Amino acid sequence: MTLSHYLLVSGVLFATGLFGVLVRRNLLVIFMCLEMMLAAASLTLVAFSRFRLEHGLPSFDAQTLVFFVITVAAAEVAVGLAIIVSLFRTRQTVDVKDLDSLKG
Amino acid sequence: MENVLFYLFATLMIGSGLGVVVNRNPVASALCLVVSFIGLAALFIQLDAYLIGILQVLVYAGAVMVLFLFIIMLLDVRYEERKRFNLPAVGAGILIALLVGGQIVTVVSTLDQSLVEKPALDFQAAAAERSSRLGDKADGDFILSRFQPGRESLPDTHLIGETLFTRFNLHLQVVGVLLLVATLGVVVLSKRKLR
Repeated sequence: MTLSHYLLVSGVLFATGLFGVLVRRNLLVIFMCLEMMLAAASLTLVAFSRFRLEHGLPSFDAQTLVFFVITVAAAEVAVGLAIIVSLFRTRQTVDVKDLDSLKG
Repeated sequence: MENVLFYLFATLMIGSGLGVVVNRNPVASALCLVVSFIGLAALFIQLDAYLIGILQVLVYAGAVMVLFLFIIMLLDVRYEERKRFNLPAVGAGILIALLVGGQIVTVVSTLDQSLVEKPALDFQAAAAERSSRLGDKADGDFILSRFQPGRESLPDTHLIGETLFTRFNLHLQVVGVLLLVATLGVVVLSKRKLR
């Protein structure tokens, strides 16, 4: 397995997530697709860390960065879902088509 | 064997990733995303990133997706109705996703071919570098003892921990503050207004 294989797979996963963000109308599913894009970026980081050895070992700076990405993504999910819940309380919907009050 | 497992888990990951987008029921989407993350964790483990793979399963497939499922149940989200199929949005979505995917394929195909082969881990070089860096503190060093011939294994948890608490110590504390602020934010957001 070469680096190109891993980069292609992560690129396809990223494109899938982007497609979901653009096409779906349910806020929760849009949020899940965002998580998928973040995970695809993590795969790129880990692949580069394994294929560019430093003194015979993978580069652990990249894996530490993935650790931070996972932490920040977890915090982001918690805040985002709290916002979605309070939005649902006031508007009774999570469909982005019905949330157009900022439209001119 | 490695190739078979790579294709198996890559197909699983991308297939269930498509399932997230295609399923109309949000609960089915969430379960597809769990499968997708498990496939991704398998790819991490294949890249010798054992700790990251386990964290992916524990944090994403465990904690984050349970949170998603709780919120889906709490909001009692209905299926999206099949009739309201927005053709311009789907067309634009496919176009933009294909553009991004094509861009990535183009960049990957121009990679320097000497960089793409998977190099073998070299524990002797790692041991030499580490013992010269530690100097006389190298005696009884746990990570160094794992590099010795005969019991070679990659102590990636220890190495990530070392990186985290030496080079990225400030960043780790900033992330700790971020988690605290996120916790406070969630409490404030989900508290009902008192009148």
